[in-house]
Amino acid sequence: MTPILDVRNLAVRFGPTLAVRNASFTVQKGETHCIVGESGCGKSVTALAIMNLLARNARRDAQAIRFNGQDMLAYSDRQMEDVRGNRMAMIFQEPMTSLNPSFTIGSQMIEVLRRHHATTRHEAEQRAIALMQRVGITAPHMRLGQYPHQLSGGLRQRVMIAMALMCDPELLIADEPTTALDVTVQAQILRLLAELKQELGLGILLITHDLGIVARVADHVSVMYAGEVIESGRTAQLFANPAHPYTRGLIDCVPVPGKIRPGEALGSIPGTVPVMKDGFSGCAFRFRCPQASEVCTQAVPRHALGSDHIVHCHLAPSQGAGQ
Amino acid sequence: MPRLTQISFVIGLTIVGLVFVAAVIGPWLTGHDAFAQNLNARLIPPVWMEGGSSLHWLGTDQLGRDYLTRLLYGARISLFIGVLTVITSGLIGTSLGVLGGFYGGRIDDAVLFLITCRLSIPVVLVALAVVGLIGSSLTLVVSTLGLLLWDRFAVVARATTMQIRSLDYVNAAWCSGCSPLDIMRHEILPNISSHLLVVCTLEIALAILLEASLSFLGLGVPPPLPSWGLMIAEGKDYMFFSAWVIMIPGLALFTLVLGMNMVGDGLRRAFGTQVIK
Amino acid sequence: MTQFIFRRALLALSVVLTVMAMAFVLTRLSGDLAISIAGPGSTQADVEVIRKAYGLDRPVLVQFFDWTRLALTGDFGNSFFFKDKVSTLIAQRMPVTFTLGFAGLALALMISLPLGIIAALYENTWIDRTALLLVMVGQAMPSFWLGLILMIVFGLQLGWLPISGTGSWQHFVMPAIVLAFTAVPALTRLMRSGMIDALGSDYIRTARAKGLSRSSIIFKHALRNAAIPVVSIAAVQLGFMLGGSIVIETVFALHGVGYLAWESISKNDFPVVQAVVLVLASIYIGLTLVSDILNALLDPRLRGA
Repeated sequence: MTPILDVRNLAVRFGPTLAVRNASFTVQKGETHCIVGESGCGKSVTALAIMNLLARNARRDAQAIRFNGQDMLAYSDRQMEDVRGNRMAMIFQEPMTSLNPSFTIGSQMIEVLRRHHATTRHEAEQRAIALMQRVGITAPHMRLGQYPHQLSGGLRQRVMIAMALMCDPELLIADEPTTALDVTVQAQILRLLAELKQELGLGILLITHDLGIVARVADHVSVMYAGEVIESGRTAQLFANPAHPYTRGLIDCVPVPGKIRPGEALGSIPGTVPVMKDGFSGCAFRFRCPQASEVCTQAVPRHALGSDHIVHCHLAPSQGAGQ
Repeated sequence: MPRLTQISFVIGLTIVGLVFVAAVIGPWLTGHDAFAQNLNARLIPPVWMEGGSSLHWLGTDQLGRDYLTRLLYGARISLFIGVLTVITSGLIGTSLGVLGGFYGGRIDDAVLFLITCRLSIPVVLVALAVVGLIGSSLTLVVSTLGLLLWDRFAVVARATTMQIRSLDYVNAAWCSGCSPLDIMRHEILPNISSHLLVVCTLEIALAILLEASLSFLGLGVPPPLPSWGLMIAEGKDYMFFSAWVIMIPGLALFTLVLGMNMVGDGLRRAFGTQVIK
Repeated sequence: MTQFIFRRALLALSVVLTVMAMAFVLTRLSGDLAISIAGPGSTQADVEVIRKAYGLDRPVLVQFFDWTRLALTGDFGNSFFFKDKVSTLIAQRMPVTFTLGFAGLALALMISLPLGIIAALYENTWIDRTALLLVMVGQAMPSFWLGLILMIVFGLQLGWLPISGTGSWQHFVMPAIVLAFTAVPALTRLMRSGMIDALGSDYIRTARAKGLSRSSIIFKHALRNAAIPVVSIAAVQLGFMLGGSIVIETVFALHGVGYLAWESISKNDFPVVQAVVLVLASIYIGLTLVSDILNALLDPRLRGA
């Protein structure tokens, strides 16, 4: 089956800085693919690069970014506009500022449907109301006429989701959709996304820094470090057998109730993500890796550890595959 | 962009520096007296124009006075008025703004009210009225403008003081037993001074422009002092035949104000954003 | 909202009263008014007659309350020079100043809004830099000098426009251009920075993610938010421009309120000066009130408050 989204060797440059390099992953229909990593690892830039929404000073290179088998790299700006918001929608981290404060919720929702499809105002309103109901917004009629500042953060994110669904997209890109929200609201929004995936057969690309979220909702995971996908695989597989030292480090950082004893320190990875410049070679994690050795300065090999499980590490095969 | 603003800052600084040097030593170097009339040599055009004479590089005015000497003397007046006005207005505005921003509450309300009142007063009209009713003199122009142009100082000082007063080092000063006056003088003022410097340059430019306007309307610096505004006013009657009479002082005025604004803009970009935040 | 307007109106009223007091004090600055009215060469007896006739022998506070009471009813007394009611004089001259002010503001907006938007769209390119340079030049240009240059070029050399006077609409063209020039820098800067903020905002990213066209993103989503402060500042700017029109009206001998004020100042005609200061200040205060209300109406976040 053709994946909805197939990204091959994506690279994004801001001047000499490499924000993303060699990023490859796929998203299937009815599947949630999580990209996880620390802040600054290039995951949000990856999402924006797929939508072609990068800032003007960014340069995007890729072997291919296929959407339903069609390479979007060849698309004109106009063609890209027709895809965005229509077949491929996106929601953002900050629901508080992502809606235009000067327009009503209704007009912002209707606008996207009428931009892509010939519908009457009334039909568009009906669809907006139906979708608001679906995403759990009470009194949708009233909300249509309200302004963003009259809504809470959780409600606004629901509006963003409903708005993203207006044109019945095949792919939803969610960039840290719950980071700015309360924990309870966070759970509700994640459950909603999972339901929508089932119901609508939506492919979801979820960007997050939170492994807890990954464990809960992801079917597939790609772990990013310093702009690179260093390990990817089915969620269960990856959590059970993390092969990359960085992935193992990340998992150790998550407090699991019952597993850690009181007084025991949580795991942590010392240092921060380095900034990649052109001409860098070898493993980017070697500066923080407890097992780093001489070999890590050489080009990193790619190992397949199972049907879907892939890792980029010199040390991985002997440790990961053996188990 | 940063490079370009640096260039504009350097150009501005050069202009202001040159005008300053010219104003200080210029009038002595031309070999003419700014006030000496010579009715036999009236309205001689500048040296590059037909009928010009190398005796008077920029020609002479309607009373035969050397235009270059008057222009340089005029630079003195402009800078003198600009700087003295800003010293006056800066003292008033900064005191009000710091008081309001520091104490807040009722005092701040009062300061805000004063600022609102001040903004509603038409500056040029009131300055003209004061000078017109009392009689024109250099000191009166300076004090009138000084009493009218303090609003921007007050606004900036108030806003920046408010940002600083709750910061840790101010709290630390409180804890070490400093008096409010000490804190305002040693903690607040040094930290808002960069903003005030920006306002200073912009206000000097404004004061120079306003003085020229007043003098142009005949209610500023009294003749025979060669204020640039007054030179333009005196040249107005002859401008249709000899446009250079108003072009020369006007260009000087424009260049000095432009230079001053460039310096102000450069300073604002240099430390504007990083201190406010 | 009504409470907001009420509080703002109350503030405006107290500012007007303060300015009234100031305008009154202003005219007493010259020392003995009776002497200045009588003019040079008048006898002590003349001065005393005038002092009585104008009520200047009464205590200053009484004079102030008297003037205030009458001024609030629109009666500013009589002009010494024009031998007419001050209110009539101002009412006669006001249309000219308002025409000039509105024409200047309209022109200023027509220049500064597109200029600011274009500069923001091409931020940090040579287009933006040129716009900023124009703003700098505009800020440094003495308005009276610009007026004289226009007179020489368009009035004398090209002969397109009348040099001075109030006769026809052509007489307003050059003054309006000069007046607009004084407002363009501030409005352009505001439009530019507002537009840059708006274009960099999250909601514009959302609009782009929705696949909206470039023109819809710029002119609907960004401009709507960037224009709010500009529209409300425009009202304040009009107030500044009316106050600043005194220089321009005098340069072009345009018989508006500013010219009237200049004439009265030269003639020591203090009732007129007092009244013009008060009227212009009141108009400015009224316009800032309008600006605040406009701002609250345009911004949905303030509308409900």
